[in-house]
Amino acid sequence: MNNATCLEVTGLSKWFGGLAANKDIDFSVQEGEIVSIIGPNGAGKSTLFNCVTGFYKPSDGKVTFYGRDITRLGADKVCKMGIARTFQIVQVISDMTVLENVMTGALLHFQRIRPATDKAEEILTFTGLYEKKGLLATELTIADKKRLEVSMALATQPRLLMLDESMAGLNKVELHQIIDLIKKIRDKGMTLIVVEHVMEAVMKISDRVIVLNSGKKIMEGTPKEVVSNPEVIQAYLGEKYRVVAK
Amino acid sequence: MHRLTARQIITGVIVLILVVIFPLVIRATFPIHVMILVFLFGMLGIGWNIMGGYAGMFSFGQAAFFGIGAYTSSYLSMSFGINPWLGLVVGGFVAALVAAAIGYPCSSLRGHYFAIASIAFAEIVRVVFNNWKRVGAAEGLSLPMLPESFTNFMFHSSKLPYYYIALVFLLISLVVCYYVATSKMGYYFRAIKESHDVAEVLGVDVVRYRLIAIMISAFLSAVAGTFYAQYILYIDPESVMLLAISVQIVLISMLGGAGSIMGPVIGAAVLIPIAEYTRTTLGYKGTGVDMLIYGLLIMLISMYQPAGVWGFLSRIGRKTR
Amino acid sequence: MPNELLQQLVSGLLIGFMYALIAIGLTLIWGVMNIVNFAHGDFLMVGMFSSFWLFTLFGIDPLLSIPINFLLLFLVGWGVYRFIVSKVMKGPMLAQVVVTFGVSIFVANLAVYFWTPDFRLLPPTILQGTWNIGDLDLSIPKTVSAVGSVITTILVYLFLKKTKTGKAILATEMDREAALLMGINTDRINSLSFGIGLALVGVAGAFLSTYYYIYPQVGSQFGTLTFCIVALGGFGSIGGAFLAGILVGLVQTLGGFFFDPSYKYAIVFMLYLITMWIRPQGLLGW
Repeated sequence: MNNATCLEVTGLSKWFGGLAANKDIDFSVQEGEIVSIIGPNGAGKSTLFNCVTGFYKPSDGKVTFYGRDITRLGADKVCKMGIARTFQIVQVISDMTVLENVMTGALLHFQRIRPATDKAEEILTFTGLYEKKGLLATELTIADKKRLEVSMALATQPRLLMLDESMAGLNKVELHQIIDLIKKIRDKGMTLIVVEHVMEAVMKISDRVIVLNSGKKIMEGTPKEVVSNPEVIQAYLGEKYRVVAK
Repeated sequence: MHRLTARQIITGVIVLILVVIFPLVIRATFPIHVMILVFLFGMLGIGWNIMGGYAGMFSFGQAAFFGIGAYTSSYLSMSFGINPWLGLVVGGFVAALVAAAIGYPCSSLRGHYFAIASIAFAEIVRVVFNNWKRVGAAEGLSLPMLPESFTNFMFHSSKLPYYYIALVFLLISLVVCYYVATSKMGYYFRAIKESHDVAEVLGVDVVRYRLIAIMISAFLSAVAGTFYAQYILYIDPESVMLLAISVQIVLISMLGGAGSIMGPVIGAAVLIPIAEYTRTTLGYKGTGVDMLIYGLLIMLISMYQPAGVWGFLSRIGRKTR
Repeated sequence: MPNELLQQLVSGLLIGFMYALIAIGLTLIWGVMNIVNFAHGDFLMVGMFSSFWLFTLFGIDPLLSIPINFLLLFLVGWGVYRFIVSKVMKGPMLAQVVVTFGVSIFVANLAVYFWTPDFRLLPPTILQGTWNIGDLDLSIPKTVSAVGSVITTILVYLFLKKTKTGKAILATEMDREAALLMGINTDRINSLSFGIGLALVGVAGAFLSTYYYIYPQVGSQFGTLTFCIVALGGFGSIGGAFLAGILVGLVQTLGGFFFDPSYKYAIVFMLYLITMWIRPQGLLGW
């Protein structure tokens, strides 16, 4: 595993009026890791995502990506720097075909359509959507739409891929498919940060897990460490989670 | 989606040939006049479509750019003797600059809010021109009759030169639209149309591309405006900057199929002849029947066939493939 | 304060209350179903004509036409949603933006067709004359209309806050999905809101008919202005629409006073554009 620090977040805070959605969060992610961020609803996971990827401007703190300060960058610039993300509510371009959707992502690095198309087809083969490339995005199932969204993100050739609850609403089979895909992506040399509620998946894929609660980071460690930590268990009391011990 | 099939190319060539020989065969002035308007509105529709149908910025104020183009070239020609062809280009750039100036603060406006901003903007422009003494205020500008020539962009003995110039303008607009639609720009426009978030997450500089769309649209509309001024030889705020014109442009594009290259042209080819012929036969200026039908058409198309004629044809095409 | 200025301020306030009433109807529709009713001004015109014909044909005083207008425009609004707008709710954005535009053009020109573009004015009725308070001249019809508008606004506010149906409307306005989950029939709320929205301009139309020129194109004047007002106040915010209505009434009157009257609309539109740039959610919106 590489030692390069991919992402470093220091003292990140975000206030909305009087409410602190993120309070003084520190963590770093090494290249090639898969880090999961978990926490009960309202813990501030999506806010953290948005702050890192430029959709929100942090109120305080710093975000560096491979050593470069990206704290104040807008979302499109963050993407150009090499961070791609998906959304909690899947966002694809409905009027376009699957192929066209991925091409739009690929066009970040190409000026002409032909090479972008080739890249897109390459990505679709990788993510397993090649046979559906001619379908309109609206014609896909939710699971396939999520896979399309990941394909679009991959097409921008990121070094860090951030997935926001990509497993919500999937059945067992689809879950396994996406876990495999995530592993494949990591094997290609990419770093992943994943926000997840599906604990079974978190346990299977994560090298490290970061736990948020009420806007603060309360713990960080290996999946096993996190799962047996009393403070983490306390934070989840009242939420019906089955923690699957290995 | 935009790769031209053999069938489409052949149809296009046949139509083009028919259109080219049309005025030589039908020598009556009125039909030729109607066709000129079809080309003009087709061009305006294409301009609207680039920012609306493709990039999702639905404007009800295109007439403002149409008017700016007409006024710029006319004023330059009348006050400084500047050649109207040069004035045409200048008018285009002026319109594009104005578009950028108004487009920038409206960068985050979408859907209804953008539509309202476009109406507000067009109204401001109209009020300004209505009160601006230097360009004739409410009386407008009457272009002086210059000797007939291509350089002067003025022809008196026949409408034919106007016909072919308008046709060339339309073809150029189609080429521009084709380029936009099939290039990186086109994909980015359509991403923006879907949502700003999607576009940004794919690395698209949304503000920049929105401005590009608006500026191209304004330029084309302004060129159409200059043509109109040189053709009719009289412009005033009521004839070139009216909400009714903006609405007509939207209707043409929607009817033909927003978001497609040929849509606005089809819409213009269908709507303009109907409008012009009913206007003369029913002779009803002032009873509002034409606008009544427009309103009804807009409602019906929105409700039952929002993708327009082109959308309807494409759907059939996809089903039979 | 110089008399002329005070007079203008009061005038602005009086028309502002009227604007507020019209704007509240629009913001209700906008907030509940995310549709800008581009035909709003044209239905105001219908309300004005309704009062006009009720008086001219049946001798019914405009003040008495208020409940008739309310009912009539409510039914029209309900119908417009049910038969026209509901069909585009699932369609593309372009269709949603454009459909009420079509209604607007249709209604305005229907009026031209049936009633000609002529300007009409109601002869003085119950409300006529001027109150002279100190150095101020208060036109009675305008003042009564303003007061009537405020009363109607308060009634609407109470309806929304205190009745079960009203609360359901507010709930849908705040969070459509949550409302659906709570078992609220959002489609019916839509029809209701559209009905109420138009009923309110029916009332405003009755008031306006007592002193304003009545003609088919009067709708577009008020219409565009109302969009700006609602956007200024914050779409969906009743309080915002109220405040913005008064603000615009003042700005417009004072603007016309200090600058050229022909610019009074342009000034308001500039205000809209500037607001959209600086604070897109409006004064009280979120």
